[in-house]
Amino acid sequence: MNRSGRAVWVIYLFPPVLFLVALFVGRYGVRFEETVRSLVGAGGVSDVFRSLVLRVRLPRALAALCVGANLAVSGAAFQGLFRNPLVDSRILGVSSGAAFGASLALLFSAGAAAVQGSAFGVALIAIGLVSAIGWRFGSASLVLVIGGILVSALFNALLGLIKYVADPLSTLPAITYWLLGSLARSQWSNLTPLLVLTGLGLVFFFLVRWRLNLLTLTGSEAAALGVRVVPFRTAVIVVGTVMIAASVSLAGMIGWIGLVIPHVARAWVGPDHARLIPASAALGAATLIALDTVARTAIASEIPLGILTGLIGVPAFFFLFFRYLRERGDPG
Amino acid sequence: MSLIAERISFSYEPGIDVLRSVSLEVGEHRVVTILGANGSGKTTLLDCLSGIRAPHSGTVSVDGRKLSDLSPRERAKRIGLVPQLHEPVFAFSVGQAVLLGRAPHLGLFSRPTGGDLAAVGRALNAVGIERLRDRPYTRISGGERQLVLIARGLAQGARYLLMDEPAAHLDPHHQHDVLSVVRELADQGFSFVVTSHHPNNALLYADEVVFLIDGSAMFHGPPESAITEETLKMAYEMEFEIVRGPDGSRAILPRVPRRPQASSPSS
Repeated sequence: MNRSGRAVWVIYLFPPVLFLVALFVGRYGVRFEETVRSLVGAGGVSDVFRSLVLRVRLPRALAALCVGANLAVSGAAFQGLFRNPLVDSRILGVSSGAAFGASLALLFSAGAAAVQGSAFGVALIAIGLVSAIGWRFGSASLVLVIGGILVSALFNALLGLIKYVADPLSTLPAITYWLLGSLARSQWSNLTPLLVLTGLGLVFFFLVRWRLNLLTLTGSEAAALGVRVVPFRTAVIVVGTVMIAASVSLAGMIGWIGLVIPHVARAWVGPDHARLIPASAALGAATLIALDTVARTAIASEIPLGILTGLIGVPAFFFLFFRYLRERGDPG
Repeated sequence: MSLIAERISFSYEPGIDVLRSVSLEVGEHRVVTILGANGSGKTTLLDCLSGIRAPHSGTVSVDGRKLSDLSPRERAKRIGLVPQLHEPVFAFSVGQAVLLGRAPHLGLFSRPTGGDLAAVGRALNAVGIERLRDRPYTRISGGERQLVLIARGLAQGARYLLMDEPAAHLDPHHQHDVLSVVRELADQGFSFVVTSHHPNNALLYADEVVFLIDGSAMFHGPPESAITEETLKMAYEMEFEIVRGPDGSRAILPRVPRRPQASSPSS
């Protein structure tokens, strides 16, 4: 049962359906039969088209599902943990760290794997710095949020420095394009870390999904209910961060999914994390794969995904936030 | 069966004791009200009694077992903490909010089952708000929210419930609604430790009163003997007058300088 009376199971149809759509749709037009033949390994289809479906569209569609699910699930978990509906994956400085790491590698014209590795590594350094601040000053939510703001500011300054010294004709455009976010880089060769970390992260959050409700209480309330608050909160932050880092290091900055999707999911299935976590995963995956299909087919050249999520995410957030205020009965 | 604090002391900063060698015994069927000025250590005492803070010296034990020997889960099955009212961020239903009380009975990866939902139903019934089960927790009155928090403690299975200023932010009618439920549950065998800024409520609903003055427990006893003009003056550093009604009931009036009477409006 849910408050709005909408059927909940519909949510779980979106990702597989949109996944199939993404495989069939592309700049080469919709060639239904040839796509099916490519997928099942039958003959009668050109090697070029088969390679397009199996080596370009398929990994990219998988990456879209993973990145969307990761950002939405970690966003939902962090909103609960920080007891703040305005939190998203950028809260702890992970994204800024990844942006700096990728830019640093691009500055030295490193290859795709090095860019991805550097982004992932610096993202973990960023969360390490935030954790160190939390460790030293008592790891209250407020301390972590302020730590995240400081670490973000630090890496943004360093990112600015890299942009400033980058070659405006070669490396600076590469950095700028990376920062706008795109799934065009997805290939089988760089997909493994994302697939593995997404799988582990989703399993973790699926298993603890009901207990996440307990983190929405104050620390002393949760402790009085027998929760070992600090280890549990730490585990949620570490797993969420790794999911974000795995996504951002491949896809760049893709905003708004981690903020907006949990709100959409909450409006659909209610605030109980036992339902919210799976719904966020499905809606995040579905939204990102839909947007990515638009990004690569709407116009002749590719629209950076980060731009699309912003163009659609801002109006969506505007609508949802005012709905949220109305539901709480706050005048503003 | 009782919850016992033996000479517990606690300090947030070295050298500044918030609790000084406090001893307290809470038996079955009892409502023990803790009175004291702001900053006298009431909330810290509840934290120590619930086991979420460990006293620096002394021990707390529940039904003969030291809290320090119990796991957080085992502790939470015996002692519940009912916090001060605060605005919830997410619109959980009343049923979901009470269900969180089942946490100590559920493993890290498990989810509530039918048995837990039945426990929630019993807890809501016990405080008389089963009709609110599906209402959003954000959309009920402060008094009802306080009852939800008591129900959560009952769903925990706790026999000892520690309440931090349950009357705060409530009008007299809602205070009565909440405290009469407390009284009723105590008669059924639950025990309550209640901090309060309302000495009158202690007269009306408590079995025992303890004053906490600068971190020391004083004047422990039944309300009639513990609450006097002298003890109130020591606790709050101001004058009070205890007046008696025709039926023998007592009420506490703060003595403040009388304001000059406003002249009655002409015409």
